[in-house]
Amino acid sequence: MILEGGNKVSSKVALTGNEALAQAMRQINPDVVAAYPITPQTAMVQTFSQFVADGEVDTEYVTVESEHSAMSATVGASAAGSRAMTATAANGLALMWEILYIASGTRLPIVMPVVNRALSGPINIHCDHSDAMGARDSGWIQLYAENAQEAYDNAIQAIRISEHKDVLLPTMVNLDGFITSHAVESLEILADEDVKEFVGEYQPENYLLNADNPIAIGPLDLQDFYFEHKMQQAVAMGDAKQVILDIAKEYKELTAREYGFFESYKLDDAEVAIVALNSTAGTAKAAVNNLREAGVKAGLLKIRVYRPFPAEEIADALKDIKAVAVLDRAESFSTNGGPVFADIRSVLYDIKANVEVVDYIYGLGGRDIKVEEIESIFNDLQEIIKTGQVENRITHFGVRQ
Amino acid sequence: MVKPGDGYKDIPIGGLILDAGNAKEYKTGGWRTKKPILDKEKCINCHLCWAFCPDISILSEDGVVSDQIDYDHCKGCGICANECPVNAIEMVKE
Repeated sequence: MILEGGNKVSSKVALTGNEALAQAMRQINPDVVAAYPITPQTAMVQTFSQFVADGEVDTEYVTVESEHSAMSATVGASAAGSRAMTATAANGLALMWEILYIASGTRLPIVMPVVNRALSGPINIHCDHSDAMGARDSGWIQLYAENAQEAYDNAIQAIRISEHKDVLLPTMVNLDGFITSHAVESLEILADEDVKEFVGEYQPENYLLNADNPIAIGPLDLQDFYFEHKMQQAVAMGDAKQVILDIAKEYKELTAREYGFFESYKLDDAEVAIVALNSTAGTAKAAVNNLREAGVKAGLLKIRVYRPFPAEEIADALKDIKAVAVLDRAESFSTNGGPVFADIRSVLYDIKANVEVVDYIYGLGGRDIKVEEIESIFNDLQEIIKTGQVENRITHFGVRQ
Repeated sequence: MVKPGDGYKDIPIGGLILDAGNAKEYKTGGWRTKKPILDKEKCINCHLCWAFCPDISILSEDGVVSDQIDYDHCKGCGICANECPVNAIEMVKE
């Protein structure tokens, strides 16, 4: 048992990513959690269910028989008017697919940690981003985290983002399977009272259990109105950008930790840059440091907010770079590169930037990526600048021939 | 109340219907291919048609079944005619 009896003051503790997220859920104290265990998320909901059993939260914990039911019960609880959460990974997220769209389309502010893991088959339980990338167009906000601290901070901010009246969209809080979920890291856990005050009471405007104002949720919506409801979602996703920044600012006042759409690491004067998500950004920072010592102007853009996609801001951050490598930890099988590559190349086309963009699909099924391997990618970028030639637009990095 | 032709800024989000008890606003009579005709001469006022009608379209006033059926909402399912013990209801092609 960790932090038994609650956390009175902000404390530096050593936790796994899963334990850190379970602590965030304990402090958020949702009304309902309906979750099903799946590797590598299991320890998160197991730890949280212990908090429920020990009476440390007021949460109604619904034990369900599958992730389809987990998301369905969470949707029902949220529609009823409660603050509802769940958590999943990989095939669990895939099993939720149908209900993901119902959650976002019904505008339910559900927050769900997703511990990123490869999708079967063949069966694999280790880290890649094929689960979350597949759900990138499901109308959920997607936040990504380099480490346990960021995942914890994102979860707490996600409650405010999702429940904001200009947003009312669900949020996935992503963290890397095993690398972040199982490794023990030092991080700061806020005082319970501070989280309670920051997330506040959930006060939905329209909800099913309001007997004074009965409403219908989830009706048939055909040619005459469905399109308008999708437009509302698209507008809300756009409006979420300002809300995400405003809440990050408020969170910084509480924690002194700064969050935005992405982190620019030594990017201002960079000639070569890497774009990465989640834990690989940490490895890339080490590579950038090594190359900077060797006189190479290397930089990193670490995406935190992938949906909504901060297109103008990313274009502005990358417009003066000469060559960019996007690291995609998912294969989209489009034969035209991974999902992050497609988005990054698209925004640079719009501003007619004179920059070469190449894609490195890497780390599928949990294959490690090392500092020296990322340095070799920076070397490839320097070669592109020197020769003006792109030999391989898309590389499956580290795969055996 | 949402009206046909309303724009996305004017309608509740997520397809929510904020006006409760609105089923009567939706006229389902147009779905019908056959309409029930009640013969008051044969009717024994047992109210089985009234009880079985899934659309509350058989009307009863002061304890008496009316031959004025709510054709705005009757879908023509024929349950009333099927349940009638004295064959007082005939389904007639529209």
